[in-house]
Parts: sequence; C-alpha cells; structure tokens
Amino acid sequence: MFHEVWILFKKDLLQEFRSKAAINAIFLFSIVTLTAVSYSIGSHAISDFILAALLWIVIVFSALSAFSHIFLKEEEAQTADTLKLIAQPTPIFLSKWLFNTLLLTLLLMVIVPLFVGVFNFQVKNMPLLLLSIFLGDIGLASGGTIVAALIAKASRRGALFSVLSFPILLPVMVVGISAAQIAFTQEGSPLFPSEITALFAYDVVLFTTSLMLFDFIWND
Amino acid sequence: MKLQVNNLYKRYNRRYILKDISFTAARGQSIALTGPNGSGKTTLIKVLSQIVRPDKGEVHFSIGDTVIPREELNRHIGLVGPYLQLYQELTAYENLIFIAGLRRVDNAGDRIKKLAAEVGLEKHMHRAVHTYSSGMKQRLKYMFALMGDPDYLFVDEPTSNLDKAGIAWVYRLLARWKKEKVLVFATNDEPDLEFADKVVSVVS
Amino acid sequence: MVRFFNEHKALLAVMAKAFLFILLSLVIVGAYYYAPLAKGLKEYTRVLYFHVPAAWVTVLAFLISAWYSLQYLRKRDLILDAYAAAANQLGILYCLVTTVTGAMWAKASWGAYWNWDPRQTSIFILLLIYAAYFSLRSAVENDQDRARLSAVYSLLAFATVPFFIFIIPRIYESLHPDPLINEQAKIKMNIKMLQVFLSSLTGFTLLFLWMLNLKKRLIKLSAHFEEIEEEYE
Repeated sequence: MFHEVWILFKKDLLQEFRSKAAINAIFLFSIVTLTAVSYSIGSHAISDFILAALLWIVIVFSALSAFSHIFLKEEEAQTADTLKLIAQPTPIFLSKWLFNTLLLTLLLMVIVPLFVGVFNFQVKNMPLLLLSIFLGDIGLASGGTIVAALIAKASRRGALFSVLSFPILLPVMVVGISAAQIAFTQEGSPLFPSEITALFAYDVVLFTTSLMLFDFIWND
Repeated sequence: MKLQVNNLYKRYNRRYILKDISFTAARGQSIALTGPNGSGKTTLIKVLSQIVRPDKGEVHFSIGDTVIPREELNRHIGLVGPYLQLYQELTAYENLIFIAGLRRVDNAGDRIKKLAAEVGLEKHMHRAVHTYSSGMKQRLKYMFALMGDPDYLFVDEPTSNLDKAGIAWVYRLLARWKKEKVLVFATNDEPDLEFADKVVSVVS
Repeated sequence: MVRFFNEHKALLAVMAKAFLFILLSLVIVGAYYYAPLAKGLKEYTRVLYFHVPAAWVTVLAFLISAWYSLQYLRKRDLILDAYAAAANQLGILYCLVTTVTGAMWAKASWGAYWNWDPRQTSIFILLLIYAAYFSLRSAVENDQDRARLSAVYSLLAFATVPFFIFIIPRIYESLHPDPLINEQAKIKMNIKMLQVFLSSLTGFTLLFLWMLNLKKRLIKLSAHFEEIEEEYE
C-alpha cells in the first residue's frame, strides 16, 4: 500500500517538476491574488480582523486554482485509463492528496510571509497561526482533491470546480479566519482554542469521507 | 488459463453499446473482435481489462480451476490500445519503471533492457515519450503491457501506426502470444485475423 | 384492514388531501389568531410557525436525498438517482422559504436582512450545496456517470453539514433564538403555541412527503413508458 502510494506520488512529482508549466501558473495565480488584494487596500490602515479575512481569501483562492490540475491532467492526457489499469483506487487517491497537500504547503510558504510583509503587521501568536494554517491546509487539500476527482469525470467542466468545492471548503475558511483573528490580535492566547479542535475534527471527517467515496468516482 | 465472458451488457444513456456478448477464450485459442466503427469493440476491450464496469454480465478469469480474485486481477492483465497513453513528459524508461514498481516486477532494469532490445527501442529509452514518433510510441506501449508479464493480453488495433517492419514484428508477437497467453484483439484489418482462432463480431 | 384500505384507496386519498388542506389552513389561522405571544416577544416572532418547519423539511429533504444516493451507489438503479434528485428539487424550494422567512425576521429583529449569523451561514451553505448539486448534474452527459457523481457529491456534502449545524454555532455566538434545541433542552413555548407549532411541523412534513410521492410516481411512470418504447423499437 505505502509502496504504491510512494511510487504514484513520485511519478506526479517527477511529471510536474519536469514540465513546470502548471506549477508556475499556480504560483503566479496566488501572487496575482495577493497583489490584487494588497493593491485594492493600498496604504489604508485596516484592522487585524479584516487582515485575517483577507489572508484567508488569498489562501482559498490559491487552493481553488491549484487542486483541480492533479486529476484533470490524467483525463486530458488520456492517462486515466492507464492508471486505472495498473493501480488501485485507494493508493491513487492518497498519492494525489499527498501531492495537493505538498503543493498547497509550498504555496503557503510563499504567500503567508509575503502577506505579512506586504501588509506590514505583527503576528501576536505565531504558533497558533501556523497550526491553524497547517490544519486548514490539510482540510482544503482533502476536500479539494475529492472534488477535483469528481469534476475530472464530468463532461462540461467550466467553473465547476469552484462551484462544487466552495461549500465544502467554506467551513475551513470560516474557522481559519476566526483562528487568524485570535493569532493577529491576542498575545499569549492559548495554542488550542476551540477553532483548532474544530479544524482538526473537520479535517478528519473530510479526509475519511473522501477516502471512502473515491472508489465510486474512480471506478464506474 | 481461461477467460469466460457471459452475457455482457453496457449502455450509454439509453443506447446499448454492448448487448448480450458471450464468448470464451483460452490459452492457445485467441479471439479477434471485429465490427464496424462505433460497434463497441473498444468498450468491450475496456470491460475485459476492468477499466469499464459492465451494466450486466460477468467476466471470469481463471487459472486451472481457480478464479482470480478481482483485487489481484490487474496484475494479470496487459492492454495495448490507442486510448491508453503513457506519460509524455517522462522518459520511456521512467514510464516502464513506474509500472514495474506498481506491479512489483523483480529486476525491472534487466527486464526493460531485454524488452527494449526485442522491440528495437534500446537506444531511445532515456528520451521523453513526447519526442517519440507514433510508431515508436506503439512499440513502447507493447513494452509497457509486457512489463508485468501478464497472462491475459488485450490489444485494440494491434498494427495501428506501425510501418512494415513494425507490423511484421507485431505478427511474430501475436503468433507467440496466442500459444503462451490468453489473447483477445480488436481489429478490422483482414491480415490480422490470421492470428485468431475464433472471430467474434460485435454488433450493437 | 388491508382489504378495506385497498377497496377505498381513492376515497382515502381524497380524504388525506382534504385533511392536509384543512390542517395547513388551520395552522395559518392559528399562527396569527390562536397562538398567544410569549412574554416580551413581538408580533414578528409568529414567523417561527413557518420558518422552523421549513428549515426542518430542508434538512429532511437533504437526508432523504443522501439516503437515495447511498442506495443508488449500492444498487445502481437509475430510478434511485431520479428519486434523490427529486428530493433535492423539493429541498431547494423549502431552503429558499427558510432563507427568505429568516431574512425577514432578521430585518425586523436585528435590523438587517443578512448579517452572517452562524445559522444564516449554515442555511446559505445548504443552498449553495443544493445549487452545486444541480450544476454538477447538468455538466455530466452520460446518465450513469451523472447518477454516480451526483450521488457521491450528495454524500460528501451530507458528511459536512452536521459540522455547520452543531459545531460552528458553538464557536461563534449565535443570536438565533432556539425554541427547541437549547442547552437546557427545555421547550420555551406554552401549550397553545406548541399546538400550533407541532401542527405546522406535521403539516409541512406531510406536504413535502406528498409532493415527493407525486414526483416519485411521475418518475416511475416515465421509466415505465421508456421501457415500453424500448420494446417497441
């Protein structure tokens, strides 16, 4: 099982980092989102509460642009049948999920410091911010990966990915904003407020459900 | 080794693509599927190789008297077809190592060397697949299908995209496979039919 | 008993519909003239007799649709998928009623139609999920794929909805009144209010089940005709 996941994951890594087209576009898109948000605020002083919301808008938009690629590319290059022939569904889902998690983590490692730099403010509780973003990262990747698998099988895709994943990902965003607000404003606040518990619970629910449902998407 | 197909049905919306298809193939008794374009040959090949699930009917794979369980099936099946693409950005060697890893092939490097020599691609193993000509891609697909040494081989349009030498090579291969493995291929080329012990015509 | 039921099927059906009509009429009249106002509450709180039952039916429709989706994935019978879609179609209707009545009440009580109270957020998410469900359906060509994919989406959404109903309101303080589900698990209504409320709940549920049943019969009928057509071909 882990052996298969690893081989599949390695294949995706190799593929993506060889033709960097998709990855580059995804990174540029998040930078563009960040720029748009930053430019529209300009040099106005805004409250930490609004900053928290803006940060999560940038995070969620980046995630929405990043996740659908991993399954779409298999359909578009007609390699989905190849994959179906040689691998089992569960390792496929796990490897794709792993890839999306890694991709978003890398994105966040660029965006979050840039965000803090651009808006020039102090994070009062850094560990809480990082923990909430990390848990959010996993939740977004779980929901995003399963919806990506779903729309890859649809015949007319269009903006379907955003439409389908938004309601599923919104809880992560709502709780994430709340956690970021605490982290931005309260020094010495606890590391595990109820937001963290909620994020963790949601991650577990989303990941388990996705893993169980993937079989039905992948095999017709 | 035996392959038994019982009363397969498959619909797309309200149109039947496969309607009541049954046949048996065994080692040494190869099957050719013929029929006009759009008759469901490709769907049938996909159903046989477990890519598409039939609406009704069964496909049994057995060795001796034991039926191969579904989860183990995919390592017994090799497929060559125009819709089965390899990863274009990766080299041929990486593609082959990928399938070798998933099918747990021992000494993958040696096997690749041997197969590459057989299909005449040994000098091109470390080139990205998108730089291949369509004939070379077809040969590579045969290598890909043979990596795990499958017992069941399904081939859709065996000689498409191949030059004369390539066709001769495929014919040698088919002649050998029909003795060693369970072979089912879909074709509309008259000369291909020579390698079939039985012809099943697919009409929907 | 069964024989009696079979013999008088038509008559009983008419009586049931008449009963439902009378019940819902009584609820409307009762909500305005029979139920008293609890202490300190304003006239606009009477919306609760329509808002809460509609919300309940929204969730019920969602539940039933998820159930049919699960059954579809197990049995692969397209009629089950049609049932799931039918339940969702009705659900979206009730969801709209809930959202609109809620917004009206919020305007009267909180001064704004919409202020992202956790309860408003959850009903809005439900509306989004319903809408997404139908846009997914219209994006898939093959009926089996459509059934399979929308069933999966339905179940995925189903797994996330409890989070909204139970967890988010605990993190964020909601100003939404909870006449039924509150921490002390106490019912804050007097007997007359409760009578109207429970009748309304029953009436809304019956109305929904009746409409769903009509839709199911239509689906069965058209499936039947399709079969005949196929044989004819």
